[in-house]
Amino acid sequence: MSAASPAGSHPHGAAPDGHDMHDNEEPHGSLKDYIIGFVLSVILTAIPFWLVMAHVFKSPTVTAFSIMALAGVQIVVHMIYFLHMTPKAEGGWNMLALIFTLVLVTIALSGSMWVMYHLNNNMMPTSVMTQSNMASGAQDMEAMPAGDMAQGDRMDGNKMGPGEMGGMKMAPPASARDPRTMP
Amino acid sequence: MSSLTTSAADPHARAFHLAVEEDHHPENGTLLGFWIYLMSDCLIFAALFATYAVLGTSYAGGPSQAELFKLPTVALNTSMLLLSSITYGFAMLAMAKGNKGATLIWLGITGLFGAAFIGLELQEFAELILDGAGPQRSAFLSSFFALVGTHGLHVSIGIIWLITLMVQVGRKGLIQANRRRLMCLSLFWHFLDVIWIGVFSFVYLIGVLR
Repeated sequence: MSAASPAGSHPHGAAPDGHDMHDNEEPHGSLKDYIIGFVLSVILTAIPFWLVMAHVFKSPTVTAFSIMALAGVQIVVHMIYFLHMTPKAEGGWNMLALIFTLVLVTIALSGSMWVMYHLNNNMMPTSVMTQSNMASGAQDMEAMPAGDMAQGDRMDGNKMGPGEMGGMKMAPPASARDPRTMP
Repeated sequence: MSSLTTSAADPHARAFHLAVEEDHHPENGTLLGFWIYLMSDCLIFAALFATYAVLGTSYAGGPSQAELFKLPTVALNTSMLLLSSITYGFAMLAMAKGNKGATLIWLGITGLFGAAFIGLELQEFAELILDGAGPQRSAFLSSFFALVGTHGLHVSIGIIWLITLMVQVGRKGLIQANRRRLMCLSLFWHFLDVIWIGVFSFVYLIGVLR
């Protein structure tokens, strides 16, 4: 920052292009940057819509992963060409804050999905759970075929009435199991 | 203060420039501070995305994404936001050239694209609610309205901010303070576009696949 101060020693308004007028401001991109960013964004937006609307891939999983990958690339394009992120912006503090945020976001997203997925699978309603599993405790429940269970739960959920919540059905087995599994 | 004015007249202008540099520091801090605000906003959206990821399949017997979402509308919406991003970029380029009129025109166009985006989104929300698929219908719809609604609220506030800045630029011109404000709004506006990439990819496109 201090090294740049002699360059910015001329008064404001002297530089008509405004580029070296505010040497300590965030660098604003050139017209070329914005055009490149815009064209890339249009392409990266059009491809996922086309993938879904034209049913390009048979497997939804492949399509989903392609969409997420393209979204990731487009976010990077926006960061570089529209938000002008560079490792040197604001003396590196911008990038540091961004990396810190990305770490937090990754933990929050993956952690929530991981925990809640297992919670869904391990706290099944009584209708799909046999009594023997109930009695033998949590260890056996983890060993149960998770895919089938999740499917059963979803079916059940869909059959439920509008006012009925999934949690109400799940509550009795959970409370009944608690005393047994508690140490 | 008196030493500053005397040094301005002085041929050795070193001291004067040091004082200007001191003046500049808060502006530098503004952009970094605003960036940190955006990062905290990012965490709000991360929490909403996580909520949607967990509750997105809890339909409670209600409609699913594939039954509700109209992809052509979403594509139109997305293009509105993308166009508003590039026009804001043009406004920033005009500002860098010191062209007040062009800056105001591009800002106005940006605002119109933003308003079109909000209009389309409100129309979509109204249709969903009239179809009985309001936020109270299922956990999926609650998390959907919370996530997309928060984004829409941000864009709406961005438009209000944009109009405010247009008035300020119109009255006072492209003074240093207005340039700084426009720079902050630029970050805000492009950041909202980044969030929308996540929304249309993760909520709409992948939602329809399920």
